[in-house]
Amino acid sequence: MYSDKVMEHFKNPKNTGEIHDADGVGTVGNPVCGDLMTMYIKVKENKITDIKFKTFGCGAAIATSSMTTEMAKGKTLEEALKITRADVATSLGGLPPVKMHCSNLAADALHEAIKDFYKKQEATNEVKK
Amino acid sequence: MSKTKKVNMDYASGKPVDPRAIDAMLPFMKTSYGNPSSLHVSGQEAKLALDEARVKVADLVNAEKVESIIFTSGATESNNLAIKGVANRSKDKGTKIITSSVEHMSVVNPVKFLTTKGFEAVFLPVDKFGTLDLASLKKELNDKTTLVSIVYANGEIGTIEPIREISKIVHTTNAVLHVDATVAAGQIPIDVQALGIDLLTISSNDMYGPKGVGALYIKDGLRIEPLLHGGGQEKGLRSGTENIPGIVAFGKAAEIAKKEMQTNSEHLTKLRDRLIEGLLKPLPYTFLNGHPTNRVPDNVSVRYSFIEGESMLLSLEMNGVSVSSGSACASKTLEPSHVLLATGLKHEEAHGSIMFSLGRENILEDVEYVIGLMPSIINRLRAMSPLTPKELKL
Repeated sequence: MYSDKVMEHFKNPKNTGEIHDADGVGTVGNPVCGDLMTMYIKVKENKITDIKFKTFGCGAAIATSSMTTEMAKGKTLEEALKITRADVATSLGGLPPVKMHCSNLAADALHEAIKDFYKKQEATNEVKK
Repeated sequence: MSKTKKVNMDYASGKPVDPRAIDAMLPFMKTSYGNPSSLHVSGQEAKLALDEARVKVADLVNAEKVESIIFTSGATESNNLAIKGVANRSKDKGTKIITSSVEHMSVVNPVKFLTTKGFEAVFLPVDKFGTLDLASLKKELNDKTTLVSIVYANGEIGTIEPIREISKIVHTTNAVLHVDATVAAGQIPIDVQALGIDLLTISSNDMYGPKGVGALYIKDGLRIEPLLHGGGQEKGLRSGTENIPGIVAFGKAAEIAKKEMQTNSEHLTKLRDRLIEGLLKPLPYTFLNGHPTNRVPDNVSVRYSFIEGESMLLSLEMNGVSVSSGSACASKTLEPSHVLLATGLKHEEAHGSIMFSLGRENILEDVEYVIGLMPSIINRLRAMSPLTPKELKL
């Protein structure tokens, strides 16, 4: 059912865990649907220097989370915001159709984490003013 | 590289055919391939074999008459024939159908289909073990009820329903009782007369016969409407040339199932109980689905909080173990199993379920292998999960 690439990321997912002093955190999905993921990012000079994830979900959910962290690491925030669900699926050698929607949320979680970072920055800037 | 051990614990989705059943069916494909409706020798050989198979299946469930057994293409057809056959035949008397919320889709969907044709359907609740709520049954039954359809033993969580009590309640009215014994028949003793069952669905593959064959027991004297119209085979209830090789093998499988039931049941119960104990003991937040004791010998359904079934299934597969997941991600629909939800589980709990279905070929070594694998699989997935006991209110 899954490509070798998906299985590889499921077996040995990259960047699992939490970043306790994360600069941005994004959570998407719902345990009710069977998929929930949280992305943590560290940002330095507009670049994602570290990224980690925690995911509740099927094999595809875990593999897309892992792949997304690999794709985003080292990228600028603008570049990372351009990573789409479709990019993630393509990098994994495709996903079964039924998984394209529900289990392919990692790019959204990444975007949420970046938005969270921007929001926190705005708040800090406000304080500075 | 060492070869990964292979363990099948997904016998519920498909069973091997007993070699004795294969031997029995072969002549009816090679030499005695006649049509039982023909009067010549080859046809009459087939007719004789058909009659003998009917005796064996009738004997397995203690049908009062051999002719009470109708051969079909499998459990799905038997369920459809029973439900639509009774409902349509008796629609002048009433249009209310009662079933449970833990039925197989081949019962759920015919019943739902009938609601588009003017019938009313009620799906009765079950308790946390999946046992039917008898008080609701009593409450819902009325003089417009023509059919009650209840599963004998649940295919997902293994719970055995109180069929005798259900039958007593149903027969205080004029409704007839259909029982889907796909999982139960051949595995636990069934006596349709003693239990007061009017129609009973029986599956061949579930008792190590070939796929594509099944039967419906119809109590002597009960008239139902056929699904298929044609040459009038099977007393006009199932037209179409009989699947003689399949039916012969099914008959053999039924004979074997009856003769070896006790041995198989003791073997499987021992494995089942060890597997349940070995899975639940070492890990916290691990629960058994279904009834703790009143369950079929081959079913072990457990759930692990904070993780999802398919990721467990894949992890087991990587270690050579085949299982089934009742969760959304492994099925065509993304909803978790309606059976698990009916037992009162929240969606996120139901998603963490995994089902081991044991087969005659399994040995204690297989069970110990799986027990040994689980802790590292579960701990790895739990370490990746964002869910916590607090969030799930555990």
